[in-house]
Amino acid sequence: MLNVQGLHLWRGDRHVLKGLSFAATPGQCVLLTGRNGAGKTTLLRTIAGLLDPEEGQVSWRGAPIRGQRAEFHAELAYLGHEPALKGDLSAQENLEFSVGIRRRVARAEIDAALARTGATTFADRPARTLSAGQRRRIALAGVLLAHASLWLLDEPSTNLDADGQELVAELIREQISHEGIVVAAVHHPLTLAAGSVTALELGAS
Amino acid sequence: MLVARRDLRLAFRKPSQLMQPLLFFMIVATLFPLTLTPELSRLRDAAPGVLWIGALLSSLLALEFLFRDDAIDGTLEQFALSGQSLTWMLFAKTCTHWLLTGLPLALSAPVVAAALGVSAGALPAILAGLALGSFAMSLVGSISAGLTLGARRGGVLLSLLTLPLAVPIIVFGADATQRAIAGGDIMPPLTMLAAIAVLGVTLAPLAAAAAVRIGLE
Amino acid sequence: MYGFARRWAPWFGGCAAVAMFVALYGGLVLAPPDYQQKDAFRIVYVHAPVATFSMVIYTTMALAAAVGLIWRMKVAHAVAAASAPIGAWLTIATLGTGMLWGKPMWGAYWVWDPRLTSELVLLFLDFGYMGLRAAIEDPQKADKASAVLAIVGVVNIPIIRFSVDWWNSLHQPATTKLLGDPDMDGSMVWPLLLMLVAFALYYAAVMLVRLRAELLRRERNASWVREVLS
Repeated sequence: MLNVQGLHLWRGDRHVLKGLSFAATPGQCVLLTGRNGAGKTTLLRTIAGLLDPEEGQVSWRGAPIRGQRAEFHAELAYLGHEPALKGDLSAQENLEFSVGIRRRVARAEIDAALARTGATTFADRPARTLSAGQRRRIALAGVLLAHASLWLLDEPSTNLDADGQELVAELIREQISHEGIVVAAVHHPLTLAAGSVTALELGAS
Repeated sequence: MLVARRDLRLAFRKPSQLMQPLLFFMIVATLFPLTLTPELSRLRDAAPGVLWIGALLSSLLALEFLFRDDAIDGTLEQFALSGQSLTWMLFAKTCTHWLLTGLPLALSAPVVAAALGVSAGALPAILAGLALGSFAMSLVGSISAGLTLGARRGGVLLSLLTLPLAVPIIVFGADATQRAIAGGDIMPPLTMLAAIAVLGVTLAPLAAAAAVRIGLE
Repeated sequence: MYGFARRWAPWFGGCAAVAMFVALYGGLVLAPPDYQQKDAFRIVYVHAPVATFSMVIYTTMALAAAVGLIWRMKVAHAVAAASAPIGAWLTIATLGTGMLWGKPMWGAYWVWDPRLTSELVLLFLDFGYMGLRAAIEDPQKADKASAVLAIVGVVNIPIIRFSVDWWNSLHQPATTKLLGDPDMDGSMVWPLLLMLVAFALYYAAVMLVRLRAELLRRERNASWVREVLS
């Protein structure tokens, strides 16, 4: 369903993606590994359509994403380095707005997602006062609420404690068991059921 | 709509930042009598210049904050990936920005103008002119604010990009104010200002969205 | 494109030099002095072509930028990048010659004439374009961002021009038209036209030289550059 074909991309002088191809079908998780600067973030941003590859293309449901940006993004949840939270708003308010621009969402739904990611205890405090790990949990709740079939996660377990690492693995397992697709850049291997997981090492050469 | 509501709520959580452009405008306006002359009869001649240069400078100051915060914390990225129209979201942001900076400035302009010796009859026209003009400036500015997202040293560059584009707004705006003070027909320049604002509404959000997408790369 | 630039730049440059020389001779020596302005009018042979090309180059830049954005052609962006400094330089030259001309005509180097004023605004647009390009590190991003700016600028130029005319009509009577075009003598006209051609060639030559450098700089890691340089 997600098809990445022969991506070439330069960042300034550096040839970051050199003819990269892979495909993912529903119920599959692709784990991107590789040292820092190998192009994990670049690849995720290219799949999301934030970056234009110089050669090759990303296809979704058989059509290139360039021609169906809105439809593709409606099915996509992207978790970047920054959690996209406003410091002066609480977790609930933040999600109300960030999910709200995608679809109509009820307060109870937000609270349920926050409970799922273990963020209930600090959900009403301004995001500015929270730790990086706590903010990441709120951002994960946002990913859940997007109801997306494709998750692009950039280092999802950064700043999280052991508990949180397990939570991320669990959320990914759930997503692929619901016929979703996950592409995640990771440093530590996640414990996932074998068979549904493909590892892809970037910058190996 | 939701974007606008979010920005409004955010802004009211930080009222001091809200006051800054307005205060800046007042200070610039105060500097003119101090540097030119305290005589009202001569200040009245300078009033269009004072009002419009003050408005331009303070809206430039405020423009820096239009997209910067949202770019830094990843919100713009999420906007771009939301599956909704980035153009409309940025337009909503720009309108809110104007409501919070341009409109208060226009509302305070009659007070400033009166202090510069402008007669009461001219004040409504001045208010209308500045309201339209500052709206057009916000629209033009949204393009350059988007363009400077990816740049180092954004501040000065932002002014350098915006000022030439704002020339028509300043010309027609100052002309409208001058005519209002002299008791002339204000409709021709005001219509031109409105035309620029309409053109801005149709084209600026598109250009700003393109600029922001490039800035996110 | 690189090969084309290398082969043709000297030819354009040579022709530009010859045309410019002939045109200058025609304009400065052969053409009769103007009945009103005497010899001072001769600066038109530099001023008018330079002014024309300051605007032509900006438009070219915007067109190249649009082509680069729409069809994602890297060469088009390189053309825009190579043209910007030439455009800025010709804009400065326009203002300079305009001021020299202004002294005998208006009695002052600088008059807030609508043409001079909009030319000055054009210079600011040029500088803004170059400033934006210089401030963005990633070359592809700089290409696209400055392309959007060039296009926005080109949409704005007519509006700026119109507003400046409006502003000027309020403050001073329209400047007398310096060139009575219809009754200009043939011997005065041909050097002017030739000068326009000369500047077109000059622009082509300088642009190709700069384009060559630009392409080399951008693709310094590509294999064809290594071959060319070795």
